[in-house]
Amino acid sequence: MRRVKLFTIDALPYRQPIPVYGYRFGSRKKTLAVMGAIRGDEVQQMYTAARLVRKFSELEAAGTFAPDCGVMVVPCAGQFSMNVSKRFWPLDNTDINRMFPGYGAGETTQRLADRLFTALQGYKWGIHLASFYLPGDFVPHVRIVDTGYQDNEEGLDFGLPYLVIRKPHPYDTTTLNYNWQVWETRTFSVYSRTTDRIDEESAEMAADSVLRFLAKKGMLPHKRPESVLRFLTEKGMLDGEFPEGSKTKTVKEEKLVNIHNKAGGILIRYHHPADFVREGNLLAEIIDPYTTDVQERICAPADGTLFFAHHAQLIAGHSIVFRLIPER
Amino acid sequence: MTETVIKAPLPVGEALVIQKNRIAGADPKSHRLSIVTGTHGDELEGQYVAWQLARVLEKKKDVLRGTVDIYPALNPLGISTIYRGLPGFDLDMNRIFPGSRNETMYEYIANGIIRDIKGADLCIDIHASNIFLREIPQVRINEKTAKALTPLAKLLNMDFIWIHSAATVLESTLAYSLNMLKTKTLVVEMGVGMRITQSYGDQLITGVLSVMSHLGMLTEPAPEVKQPVVSTDGSVAFINADASGFFMPQVMHGEYVKKGQLVGYIADALNGVTKEELFSPVDGMVFTLREYPVVNEGSLIARILGGIEL
Repeated sequence: MRRVKLFTIDALPYRQPIPVYGYRFGSRKKTLAVMGAIRGDEVQQMYTAARLVRKFSELEAAGTFAPDCGVMVVPCAGQFSMNVSKRFWPLDNTDINRMFPGYGAGETTQRLADRLFTALQGYKWGIHLASFYLPGDFVPHVRIVDTGYQDNEEGLDFGLPYLVIRKPHPYDTTTLNYNWQVWETRTFSVYSRTTDRIDEESAEMAADSVLRFLAKKGMLPHKRPESVLRFLTEKGMLDGEFPEGSKTKTVKEEKLVNIHNKAGGILIRYHHPADFVREGNLLAEIIDPYTTDVQERICAPADGTLFFAHHAQLIAGHSIVFRLIPER
Repeated sequence: MTETVIKAPLPVGEALVIQKNRIAGADPKSHRLSIVTGTHGDELEGQYVAWQLARVLEKKKDVLRGTVDIYPALNPLGISTIYRGLPGFDLDMNRIFPGSRNETMYEYIANGIIRDIKGADLCIDIHASNIFLREIPQVRINEKTAKALTPLAKLLNMDFIWIHSAATVLESTLAYSLNMLKTKTLVVEMGVGMRITQSYGDQLITGVLSVMSHLGMLTEPAPEVKQPVVSTDGSVAFINADASGFFMPQVMHGEYVKKGQLVGYIADALNGVTKEELFSPVDGMVFTLREYPVVNEGSLIARILGGIEL
């Protein structure tokens, strides 16, 4: 493992310069780059990347990397926001993940995006451990933005429960994922359950999915001493033991069913992401914040698996309470 | 007459309500002008225009034809909490249009606003700058719609028309969405965030009356308006800070400067030194100037419109 200083954030008065590090493994070839936290609330994403740093260190020490495999993990580029409990850039509330590919002579977050993008360019595959703009919990999944450059089949190699194909909206065109693809890196966004709090189980699932992807690409095949064999066996990543692609369900995002509430109030949730529900099942209730009287019952409109669940306890009307993957 | 455009219940005993002031003259269905502002909660310049224009039009009801809808607050929660974006949602409201009835609450609200304005003869979307920058009164037009909108923009009594290049991300704005729906929409930028500059507001109101006369909504001669400078991206020079610290301007907003002239410097208060001196790269007019002193590396300091001379 080699820790490399990619650039230093020295943009705010009275704050100390903060280096942004990349952790490199294997050869110098640009095979895979993994980006962790960009926003200040992406604690889970930073943690997942940090676990990957540890796992790659172990695999590298065991001589598992193919000779032509080079990996870089950037755990965090959002320190300035993270340390002051802000989601976006502290001074002007701009989002670095809406500034790609960046502009070196532009405004602060355009410059940071430019430096980050320069460090991440040229890799064959790119994985962004991403978060979503809605406050809620997800089923762990891999997401591919349909730019026309992507290969959907590759998303199956992560072995996560779902592969979501998203048609880009105008605001997606300034994200890391979109621009990575335009600059010819085959790109995936991996979502675990949470953002601003650590969920050990889904962090482990997300980190393992990255290793599984790399193994599927034949990048972890060489020299398998006993310790590595044991590690791979424990993780179900030996040849022939990978989860088959068919076990990953591919979903087009536009096919997800949004389940809304009409009333505002306190949300009492009875189901969680990954729950399979039947049409008519009671999913949640909106109760009156003064009396606890039930204002609205939220029921499943169809059989299916819950993909997303709103997690704030106070909820306004016309919010997305759940997203459902319909069984049919 | 105050009307509700769209509303949604908030969690605890309140509703988010978008309202408009409808001022109707003779033959109210013959024309419709929409004046919208307050998309960003920290931009208040449009509040004066909304208030004063309503008063002016009340006095002109005998010569008013058609309907004027004034939407003073597209983001009322942002204005009431001094927050630029959408409170609780952390997104810029001007990046979620045209919205959707099947997505989040704010997208539902945005969609309701679009549907209400759609079909107007003209929409004028008034913005101030943010709290960091001061702007001269100007109209900004996407190059895709420049041919149709520039003649109308010239009537608005603004100092400057900036025809900017198309960016995909701007396709989520209110103006772009309405223009795509064939509702002509002009974006006005003037002043600075969290402040009201009454002279700019009065200047714009004269322009609105001029446009209304042109559209046949006022049966009286149009007031005289100034001829704006019309420019494209190629004529605009940017000055960004390369150091963090405190910006001290050495020019006035709207001043004509020479290439190489000192625009300002960035001070390091801890060490008592000047970290950077910033010079104009061109001859021209300072149409944007940093207002908020704290700067980061990269912060925009000024925009100079080149090719302008005294």
